[in-house]
Amino acid sequence: MTRTERKRLGAGLGFTSLWILGLGAFTAYPVVASLYYSFCDYSILKSPVWCGLENYQQLLHDGLFWKSLRNTLFYAGLSVPLGTALALGLAMLLNCDVRGRSFFRLIFFMPSIVPVVASAMLWLWIFNGEYGLMNGFLNPILAPFGLHGPAWLADPSWSKPALVIMSLWGTGNAMVIYLAGLQNVPRELYEAAEIDGASAWQRFRHVTLPTIAPVVAFNAIMALIGAMQLFAQAYIMSEAANGNGNASDGNPERSTLFYSIYLFSTAFQDIRMGYASAMAYILFLITAFLTWMAARLSRSRYEDAP
Amino acid sequence: MAREHRISRRVVQALLVACSVAFILPFVWLVSTSLKPIEQTLSLPLSFVPKAYYARLGGERMEVTLDFQVSQAGAVVRYLDGESAGRQAFVGANQAGTGAPRSELMHPVAAGSWHVTQRLDRKLGEGGPSPAWDILPRDQVESRVRIRWENYPRALAALGGDAEADRHRVGFWTFLGNSLTVAVLGVLGTVLSNAIIAYGFARLRWRGRDAFFALTLATMMVPFPVLMVPLYGVFKSMGMIGTLLPLWLPAWFGSAFNIFLMRQFFRTIPEELSEAARIDGCSEWRIFWRIIVPLSTPVLVVAALFHFIFAWNDFLGPLLYLTRKDTYTLALALESYQSQNGGIQWHFLMAASAVTILPVILLFLLAQKTFIRGIATTGSKA
Repeated sequence: MTRTERKRLGAGLGFTSLWILGLGAFTAYPVVASLYYSFCDYSILKSPVWCGLENYQQLLHDGLFWKSLRNTLFYAGLSVPLGTALALGLAMLLNCDVRGRSFFRLIFFMPSIVPVVASAMLWLWIFNGEYGLMNGFLNPILAPFGLHGPAWLADPSWSKPALVIMSLWGTGNAMVIYLAGLQNVPRELYEAAEIDGASAWQRFRHVTLPTIAPVVAFNAIMALIGAMQLFAQAYIMSEAANGNGNASDGNPERSTLFYSIYLFSTAFQDIRMGYASAMAYILFLITAFLTWMAARLSRSRYEDAP
Repeated sequence: MAREHRISRRVVQALLVACSVAFILPFVWLVSTSLKPIEQTLSLPLSFVPKAYYARLGGERMEVTLDFQVSQAGAVVRYLDGESAGRQAFVGANQAGTGAPRSELMHPVAAGSWHVTQRLDRKLGEGGPSPAWDILPRDQVESRVRIRWENYPRALAALGGDAEADRHRVGFWTFLGNSLTVAVLGVLGTVLSNAIIAYGFARLRWRGRDAFFALTLATMMVPFPVLMVPLYGVFKSMGMIGTLLPLWLPAWFGSAFNIFLMRQFFRTIPEELSEAARIDGCSEWRIFWRIIVPLSTPVLVVAALFHFIFAWNDFLGPLLYLTRKDTYTLALALESYQSQNGGIQWHFLMAASAVTILPVILLFLLAQKTFIRGIATTGSKA
């Protein structure tokens, strides 16, 4: 290495030195330690004891682990497609030439920055079976059919759909991204399509969709990764709506026992850190796979671009 | 063609209005609940308007509470002897004259009248007279819109829990202070550290830079639950559990997302500016402070705003690291208030939630354009 090269390296490392420390202490070490713990019997009180693949083998036979994975996939499978469709629909409406666009954009976006604890309280109240806003609207509509609104968060078959509805309220973030994507679609393409006699649907199908599909796919996968880590809402609302038991039981009837909640309670309530680390690594693998797909999708966007 | 356009524009407008009503109703419900007295939160049919009711009880006009509607006709009587002498009671038409103690008729009651109670805005069971009640036809009860701002100071006072029982006197101001500490120190750290680090990646050429940057990007995909257990161990070994440090200190050591965000921005600043400064003998440090930082305010503001919102809204972090009530952030205090009081005092819970939401909404309204631009660029160009 020449003298200038060494000097340059020094400057580069100097400027990034904080990150070298941060990356080491708050990411690299935890990632490696977590992997090691996942092969250990470990409570934070005593040092870890190697136990090989035991944690992973136990997970395969752990009913609650599978339950939490199923719950999480159910939630993600509903909230991500619905949220994406809603965000895209709103973005397309806002992309039309109508009055008050910035006002509507403000309204749709605002819920997405509400602190999760506060929105959990609000939706807890909205989903209150007796005096909540949701059933206040549903009951008059359902009454002629002899039906009434469910108890939502206190009903095992409605607790997850309730969380999905709540997640739709916070879809404004994705909407802003899609709107930016739509505004990047060149006007001439629409004009050309219109001259060729394309209908509104055809214009959407052949002009809009191809140009924004990669952005949508990328963000949908990011949303999926987020949904796989659902924690705060479910943790707060399941206990509050069901009264008895512990916040990490996933009441009612474990219908809101999500992956991260089971992981949290295994680690910090049962103090089985090794077992929890094995769960964390399985989540890591799922996330890595999804990220790899997102990266491929966003790369194909640049390759397809004219 | 033009007509078709006009119609479709109407449809779009109508859809937008309908959707925005759906998005805004939860906020309206939050605010309206927070301004009602408790019994109006637990009554049907639902109403968005906080009200006050007035009636004449014992010859005096006073504020009353609407309790329930009487389903059958009858009478209000006062017992004249026996144990319950002097007490007032409602006797339904079908119970009349069935060997009851001697009583005096106060007034007859028609079905559909309302049972009302004199409003006593203090804790029950403090001694003093029990609240007076009567049964009145609806038209003798006046109603007026009345907003109970006093719910807010009361809710904030309740947030701290039973002050006597706690060793330290903690309350809303403590929680607010903690939330602000975590958010402000975190924002300072985020802006400073990431700008310095991003300069190293964006404007300097050194061996290993690109590989290191690729590694940095790769860390973005690590889910937090993977880091959770060892991170707890790290902070525990440094004696930071139970303090606010784990919530803001890491922000001073950079984060992959912000490094990426700022690097992209720094790269758009013309290289000639730096070259000219280098020829004049400026150090890299000086170039960073004098040229790059002043030209980069938009991206620094975006990073600061995002971090403030993140820190203010964070729940899992405080839940993991905070152990004593006097270190709770507002978000954690709100959750702990709810789990201790159950879901009964909806008016207080909504008032406290509104106070927690207010700072982020205000910040957003003030910096709306920056926000939207920040999300649009980071989301679609990531």
